[in-house]
Amino acid sequence: MRATIWGCRGSIATPGPATLRYGGNTSCVEVRSAAGDVLILDAGTGLRPLGVELMRDLPARIDVLLTHLHVDHLEGLGFFAPLWASDVELHIWGPRSTVRPLSHRIEHYFSPPLFPVGLGEGTARLEFHDAPEGEWMIGGVRVTSQPILHPGATVGYRLEEQGRSLAYVTDHEPALASDLATTPFGWVSGAALAFGADVLIHDAQYTAEEYGTKVGWGHSSVDQVVTFATRAKADQLLLFHHDPSHDDDAMDAIVAHARETAGGALGRCAAATEGVTLDIGPSSWR
Amino acid sequence: MDAPQHNLVLIVARDFASRLATPVFLVDPDGTLLFFNEAAEAVLGQPFREGAGMPVEEWSTVFSPADEDGAPLPLQDLPLGVALVRRVPAHRALRIVGRDGVARGIEVTAFPLFAHADEFVGAVAIFWEH
Repeated sequence: MRATIWGCRGSIATPGPATLRYGGNTSCVEVRSAAGDVLILDAGTGLRPLGVELMRDLPARIDVLLTHLHVDHLEGLGFFAPLWASDVELHIWGPRSTVRPLSHRIEHYFSPPLFPVGLGEGTARLEFHDAPEGEWMIGGVRVTSQPILHPGATVGYRLEEQGRSLAYVTDHEPALASDLATTPFGWVSGAALAFGADVLIHDAQYTAEEYGTKVGWGHSSVDQVVTFATRAKADQLLLFHHDPSHDDDAMDAIVAHARETAGGALGRCAAATEGVTLDIGPSSWR
Repeated sequence: MDAPQHNLVLIVARDFASRLATPVFLVDPDGTLLFFNEAAEAVLGQPFREGAGMPVEEWSTVFSPADEDGAPLPLQDLPLGVALVRRVPAHRALRIVGRDGVARGIEVTAFPLFAHADEFVGAVAIFWEH
């Protein structure tokens, strides 16, 4: 299983010379299984260039797993080239709502006056699914989703293949309902998704100082995430959903701080960087 | 992990209760006690650490719940029992005897917790002493 970062910026796309190294596109991670299954985590602006790449050798099926429907995780969908292709099945998974079907909630954004055309005008065969709270299979990948703490219906995902695991837990503020250092871990949001993951991709939008003025906004500080990842016994932590105000130099400092805070508790600690591919486990890359 | 993760609604409910000055009692779908807060400890006469994991058969009797005339109340007549069994909100006044041996008159409001319309994850009771 391999994961490629196409977008790791939080909240709003942040292009420009100050973010060239870490990237400015919003959340989008491509996952390829050993068998060639194509799973995409979130549909931020990083989905547009990923779509261009996929069109070179269009898979018969693509699964897009949305964590939630905030715009920075959804806005790439209308510009995803495979949506406008034929001979492709596009399966869109997202958090279950207590009120309306997933398709209605997504179409609310992709309709006038917010968007000029409806998703239904796309030529791909489009299917919407409520992400089950539990496990299911997409090709050779075992997928687990669970609700996590963030304003509005939001889920995190865990992908497993051949004994290796990737946890994708972005837009997550577990500290809002727990003391991350002392609360029994079963009472911490996202714990089961992250526990023992080979790679944990986790929201780390704020510094500790910034978090102090943004409690309840649904995101975590770097220090909180290091504590969370350590208690989850994750091997590698990838900081994600970088704040738009954090330029490349700020990100360097954040990574250095995270590594210092983690000490030797994590196998690896880095910040997600656009264009980087992670090898999660044995994979026959196709 | 030392224990399975709880449903997110229960995690939030437990945190909410822990921050309240009003007594709160939280149970899972089977009625097993998950949490009561410090304010509840004062009314129940027992610290939570000694009550954690109490099964429904125990908490529904150990505090000797009775109506205002002193007649014992079975589970199905307790507000939290109604929330658990019938899965609807309920309220009533009743009398209990705390684990400290003190008899108290309390009002209880209980309601079921649904994460989704078809997903019952537990129930919560808030109460206060007369």
